Amino acid sequence: MRWFWIDRFIEFESGSHARAIKNVTLAEEHLHDHFPGFPVMPGSLIIEGLAQTGGILLGENSNFEHIVILAKVPKMTFHSWACPGDSMIYSARLIDIRDEGGTVECTAHVGERLVADGEIMFAHLDQRDPQFGAIDQKNFVFSMNLLGILDVGRAGDGSASDAEDADS
Amino acid sequence: MPTTDEIFDKVRQTLTDALGVDDDEVTSEATLIGDLGAESIDFLDIVFRLEKNFDIKIPRGELFPESIASADSSFVQDGVVTDEGLANIRNSMPYADVDKLAEDPKVENVQDLFTVNMMVRFLEAKLAN
Repeated sequence: MRWFWIDRFIEFESGSHARAIKNVTLAEEHLHDHFPGFPVMPGSLIIEGLAQTGGILLGENSNFEHIVILAKVPKMTFHSWACPGDSMIYSARLIDIRDEGGTVECTAHVGERLVADGEIMFAHLDQRDPQFGAIDQKNFVFSMNLLGILDVGRAGDGSASDAEDADS
Repeated sequence: MPTTDEIFDKVRQTLTDALGVDDDEVTSEATLIGDLGAESIDFLDIVFRLEKNFDIKIPRGELFPESIASADSSFVQDGVVTDEGLANIRNSMPYADVDKLAEDPKVENVQDLFTVNMMVRFLEAKLAN
């Protein structure tokens, strides 16, 4: 399984805010155990999706010069849940950007219904950092292949991308 | 220039936000690691929040110097901070209660230098400038 917890960006304002969609589907294996007979998207994975939305927003701000890792979740409140068939919208807004990292405030909605809101803090890590090797790859908010999501986001309004135009 | 009480109140608010602790846990003597459960990344978060709440810049390592104990091998011998090490700490953390550490200078007691009171004293000096 690939560690992608957003499907595509639907809005991306560099250095400010971003919105991404996560379509919850019964094909996701973890929903069969969480919970049997009552599949709901686990809160931890909602946080991961919010962190990918906010982390890519932060990383893009410095042109992906730093590796962004999820450092801490100072606050997160779950108000509701998301089930298979729901399209969740993750919104993240940068409230702090600095050399060492940054913070976003974020929300998850299904339609008008608020599913979760809170704050996520990220730290920057440079590849030359001696601690770099000690960090589990899974802690990275994004790897370079996840950034393909950004390309989709640019054509995310449903219009054909430049590549498709060239083919037609 | 805010009063000591005003600074303390803002520090308390900063710590309740950053560490998810209750108001009444944040006493003047409380240690950040031992009493309030702060971990390494929390120190970065606390500095970010202090900068924002007090509208100041805190250069990295000024409030919470990194690896005091490991900075120089002559600072620690057999798990005890040497006189040289204590002098170094007095120099790098002038707002900490180093006398208290000197009474029982075990390396594991170094973390107790990080108290709420130490932060308040640091901010008082910083805001006076």
